[in-house]
Amino acid sequence: MQRAIISGIAIAILCSVVGLFMVLRRYSLFGDAIAHSSFGGIAVGMLVGIYPLWTAYAVSLVSALIITRIRYRLKISGDASVAVLLSSGIAIGLVLISISGGFTIDIFSFLFGSILLVSTNDTILILVLTGIILVVILLLYRQLLYSTFNEEQAKVSGIPVEKINYLIVFLAGVVVVTSIQLVGILLISALFVIPNITAIMYGKGFKQTALLSIGFAVFSVVVGILASYVLDITPSGTIVLVSLAIFGISIGIKSLGKLPITKSLKH
Amino acid sequence: MYLKAIEINDLTVEYPEVKALDKVSFSINQGDFLGIIGPNGAGKSTLFSCMLGILTKYKGTIRFFGEDIRKSRNYLKLIGYVPQKPVFENNFPATVKEIVRMQLTNNSDRQLIDKVLQQVWMHELGNRRIGDLSIGQQQRVFIAKALVHNPKILILDEPVTGVDIQSSEIFYSILRDLNEKQNITIIWSSHDMDAVHKLANKVACLNRTLFFHGISAEFFENEDLVKQYSEASMQQHMHSHEIH
Repeated sequence: MQRAIISGIAIAILCSVVGLFMVLRRYSLFGDAIAHSSFGGIAVGMLVGIYPLWTAYAVSLVSALIITRIRYRLKISGDASVAVLLSSGIAIGLVLISISGGFTIDIFSFLFGSILLVSTNDTILILVLTGIILVVILLLYRQLLYSTFNEEQAKVSGIPVEKINYLIVFLAGVVVVTSIQLVGILLISALFVIPNITAIMYGKGFKQTALLSIGFAVFSVVVGILASYVLDITPSGTIVLVSLAIFGISIGIKSLGKLPITKSLKH
Repeated sequence: MYLKAIEINDLTVEYPEVKALDKVSFSINQGDFLGIIGPNGAGKSTLFSCMLGILTKYKGTIRFFGEDIRKSRNYLKLIGYVPQKPVFENNFPATVKEIVRMQLTNNSDRQLIDKVLQQVWMHELGNRRIGDLSIGQQQRVFIAKALVHNPKILILDEPVTGVDIQSSEIFYSILRDLNEKQNITIIWSSHDMDAVHKLANKVACLNRTLFFHGISAEFFENEDLVKQYSEASMQQHMHSHEIH
């Protein structure tokens, strides 16, 4: 339980911070696509006998970087590239799993998460990755924020926008695969998106919004894990439901006109 | 110090079906307030894209203070840029101060941020979210962002599009102060010939080629030139309608 909560908190922080950049760049479903492509990677690992998360990292990161490059060169729209990545990962995964003997309980743990089973080594890995990614984001905060706000103006100010775009996709890939253990492939995009869109309703500035998002995500994870333990239900679904409840309550407050932000979610 | 802030020689930009700019040549001195006028499709934004290094496929040369911009991007540190329409999500969670701070590589200088916001009369709204401001206020914030790193040249691409008259007047007075009191070179594209006549000391008339470049008074007091430019603009406008 202790390892689950520590790992869960670290993953919540990562999903919030990286997810905020993804949501604001309108890459919300890209996280979902990376998660689905990791399914193909997991299947490769199971087939060849390598720890599936390593192959998931490899396949997801390569797929994400390739699709980003294709987007730049061929000017493919964001939603189309998501569809390509998502479907190819699932298709590869299904074929390889059928070759390796069908669905097993291990597959289900990747699909739906298994945070209560996280090992000490996995927890250490998660904490190390969290530290590295947060340091990278802090060091490149201005470049990430400016290029998220407006790519053209960022380019004019000397920021290498294309490289920064590849970096954010790379970081998202690492975070997504790391987060599979918490909420699974099928629900990872919820953790990327929901705390952030909730926070955007409240926050005035970027730092304030990021901190709020972290707060919502960590709360969802801790309450979700504890509630799932007490009620003997799946933690991944519970975490997402808590997150959705916070979002729903915020919408309710906003509808009553109590929230100071009036233009959020209007497109 | 190199007198010519910008020198453009035979600048040509060709797309598969159209020549966006055709051998455009002119120079700008430090301290000039240059108004670039031209109809839609005249190549004003293309000209700026080349100058700012956004568009790199062109023929000809562009030099900033004697330095060819193809050889180094260091000249960008001397430029502040205000785009035509700031394109960002309306709910983007960033305050006015955070937007201005983005331009600074050393982002801890709060006094500098407050100073530029005061210059554009936005210091009281520093903690407001950028999307909650009117378009005119947003454009003033973008001027502040363009000024915060002490540029020598300010490039503005039709900055008052969609802005009400009162806000436009405030905007123009800010530009006038920047040019007259701080000797910042201003290069500004506009459809508004009246505003250009009032503010700019130099005018460039662009319609894929350069019709005129020189002293503003020489252009506006020459009825034949103004008529020639207006007819060319009308032909361009009608040609655009025939295509569509």
